[in-house]
Amino acid sequence: MAIGVRTQDLRKVYSASPPLAAGGGFIGRADAKDGKPSKAQIPALDGLSLEVLPGEIFGLLGPNGAGKSTTIGVLTTRVRPTSGQAWIGEHDVWKEQTQVKHLIGVVPQRPNLDFSLTAREILIFHAAYFGIGSRQRNERADALLEKFKLTERANQMVRGFSGGMMQRLSIARAMMHDPQVLFLDEPSAGLDPQTRILLWEIIREYHQAGRTVLLTTHNMEEADGLCQRLAIIDHGHVIALGTSVELKASVPGGYLLRLRFGNQTAELLQRLQSLAGVREVRATDSMGADVYADRGGSLIPEIASLAANAGAELSDVHISEPSLENLFLHHTGRSLRD
Amino acid sequence: MLARDAHVARRNAVQLFLQTFLQPLLFVFIFGRVMVGSGFLPASYKSLLLPGIIAISMVFTGIWAVAMPLIAEFQWTREIEDRLLAPIAVPWIAIEKVFAGMLQALVAGLVVIPLAWLVLRPGVEISIGSPFTFAVILVLIAIFSAGGGLALGCSINQQHIGLMFGMVITPMIFFGCAYYPWSALKTFPVLQKAVLINPLVYASEGMRATLVPQFPHLPISAVLIALVFFDVLLLVVGLRQFEKKAVS
Repeated sequence: MAIGVRTQDLRKVYSASPPLAAGGGFIGRADAKDGKPSKAQIPALDGLSLEVLPGEIFGLLGPNGAGKSTTIGVLTTRVRPTSGQAWIGEHDVWKEQTQVKHLIGVVPQRPNLDFSLTAREILIFHAAYFGIGSRQRNERADALLEKFKLTERANQMVRGFSGGMMQRLSIARAMMHDPQVLFLDEPSAGLDPQTRILLWEIIREYHQAGRTVLLTTHNMEEADGLCQRLAIIDHGHVIALGTSVELKASVPGGYLLRLRFGNQTAELLQRLQSLAGVREVRATDSMGADVYADRGGSLIPEIASLAANAGAELSDVHISEPSLENLFLHHTGRSLRD
Repeated sequence: MLARDAHVARRNAVQLFLQTFLQPLLFVFIFGRVMVGSGFLPASYKSLLLPGIIAISMVFTGIWAVAMPLIAEFQWTREIEDRLLAPIAVPWIAIEKVFAGMLQALVAGLVVIPLAWLVLRPGVEISIGSPFTFAVILVLIAIFSAGGGLALGCSINQQHIGLMFGMVITPMIFFGCAYYPWSALKTFPVLQKAVLINPLVYASEGMRATLVPQFPHLPISAVLIALVFFDVLLLVVGLRQFEKKAVS
């Protein structure tokens, strides 16, 4: 039976250096290194509530520093939340750690393979930690090495592996004990397109076997193509939740036209607003405006002539079709890639 | 997990062997053979030296075996994360580390005895008066060295390893009464009291009390009490530090 994941009002405030467990990279490392006892309070999660249904592929989408890794950290027993609760199935993550660890498999953002072992030994020992019998663990290790195309390197030390191979092995290791819920933190970061497609296939296949998958990403394509539902998070809370189609539909109009003018006036913005199909106009700075509309290119001649009449020449246009990027921009005023 | 550590230890056996035994053996050779042989030190010094060498080998093997991998695994390769996600409570992982370190310390102690005896022969007079007390002291030393390794390994950052040597390990060696009996410090009364916070003192003195009782040594009861105290203290501190490291 598939198992879901739930969090309620999670908060996490880091008071010193960034944590080891959360995978790093989401809070400036620089302020940790100066070593002064400045107790900077860094809120990483700010009341994050989520529900991942049993047996779905769920994506956490957000820019660096949004709290994705911390969320994974809390759900995998590695980060103690400042307040709030998290459950894997019926088990409270903090109070029933051992049971929870049985149910989950974790692929960290940064490979943490055991450098003193060979690829095959990594899988075998991992299974041994989970109490899997020796015949079964040998069979599983061979099957997974085959699946991840690592059979040839199975008896080499992982020290010399490339980033992509380490990533594949990390995922294989997380699958060794056949966890009910698989966590992947930025699984496709740094992978070549070919490996990424292999990875997506494997995740889909795993999901079809009735498992729950929770992954974080800032790759739009991955969120769009792989995840059944998404939560978009920023500054430690969920700003939008739903299927990719629903989320895109929630952007007014869907199309986004980013415009720049020679100079821009309030009057011009008002006139833009009155064009047919325009849903929302936002000034970005004194020179630019974002127009959310339900059509794209066909609006341009009208906008150009409007601008010319107002004495503000249109200098740059960028049109984007309905996408998660637009959604993020609409909610935060920032691009996901910023 | 113990199997994993054993496996890694086997793989690194030669390195481990050199790291553990070379230094004490050189020490034994220089002080025991060269200095005594050339007449700078009396022949009886050999017997005095042997227990100290055993103590020092055990203590540093234990500390080293636990602290160094922990520092690397927590900060560098993060490879311990896989074990932290194994379905057991977090402190057990630390206890496994301590146990592995203990075993290594015991092996180090037991191997140094015949090796040092070979180098120092003839003229070493050791007599194990009470094998039971000897064994108890060995185990207590092993526990405190591995516990100390846990406490150190979880408290020190990778970039401070050099500092750890300068500030902790070196003074511990020199004020550890390994190369001289504690009573030799009686001309420096303040120092003689101050070194009592160094657990290595009790290890050396304990070894001396059980192996070469003809030399002056601390009373065995004091040694036992102090070793138990340090065992508990370092384990408690070590486990707390470990949990702090493991969960952020």
